[in-house]
Amino acid sequence: MGFSKPVATDRSATGIPTGRLAMWILLSSEIVIFGGLLVCYLLYRFHNTEWGHEAAHTNVWAGGFNTFVLLTSSLFIVLAHHAAETDKDNEKAFKWMWATIGCALIFLCVKAFEYTTEIHHGYTAQANPFWAFYYTATAIHAGHVVAGGLAIAICSFDVRKGEHLNRVELTGIYWHFVDLVWIFLFPLLYIAK
Amino acid sequence: MGHDVAHTSGYYVKIWAILMVLFFISVAGPTLGILIVTLITAFGVAAIKATMVMAYFMHLNVEKKYIWGLLASALIFILGLFIGVAPDVMKSHGVQWTKCNSFDERNLARFQHEGIHALDIGLNRTGRICTPQRF
Repeated sequence: MGFSKPVATDRSATGIPTGRLAMWILLSSEIVIFGGLLVCYLLYRFHNTEWGHEAAHTNVWAGGFNTFVLLTSSLFIVLAHHAAETDKDNEKAFKWMWATIGCALIFLCVKAFEYTTEIHHGYTAQANPFWAFYYTATAIHAGHVVAGGLAIAICSFDVRKGEHLNRVELTGIYWHFVDLVWIFLFPLLYIAK
Repeated sequence: MGHDVAHTSGYYVKIWAILMVLFFISVAGPTLGILIVTLITAFGVAAIKATMVMAYFMHLNVEKKYIWGLLASALIFILGLFIGVAPDVMKSHGVQWTKCNSFDERNLARFQHEGIHALDIGLNRTGRICTPQRF
């Protein structure tokens, strides 16, 4: 008895493939996770204007470089989707997916450098509520970067063999969401002083 | 598997180039140190960037409309959280209450001088003394 293709891959009772619908439902729950955290941050930030002095110690160049890396990785994963769907070039899709993973690794290395520098200067999670929010938000986001990178890596090998091509799009949508979260974290934690 | 609208790879590169321009504006704007410029360039541009990523990279511009509704419903919950919690967090006192962390030593000395019993002063869950409600 062999494995049959999951029903969710092609079924489209709602007008869109079930896998994609499931991804959107997952992302709507992620909005609540990150949204709740950011709303709490904003509430306390409005009430504690002195947090701006703490934010001045974040590394804007590192945060800006990571924004550039994530925006570029979003381009790479959408090009992987384009290669798999329009060009029918699985090898090219595989390469773009791994370019995205490369961006994820660069992002994490820069983040690790930032954490090391900040902790070395005494800006730990216990130093101030601003830093507690900073580490919580960026660490949860970094966890999503790791999860997204792993998902893309796992799917890439199937894509290379021409199997489960729909997963390029699904992992891509997830990856764009990771990028979206950073687009808001960057001005909140690095720019607003 | 995909959407009805197909684009060339150059189309996505153009979107990325626009995002890069917006990104540099969002970094450069706040360096001027003008509050309104910071708000517009940092947060306004972030909103535009997010919308562009959602519309063109996530293909929400050609996605079924109820997906927008699904995402909007999550945002409405977040808005509800903000509105529900904001008064407690942002206000230091109300008609019959004062937030514990606004208490200071002078109040404690005054309560002791007036002979107000510790139970009248009241303790919150963390054991910190709160201002009596009649104040």
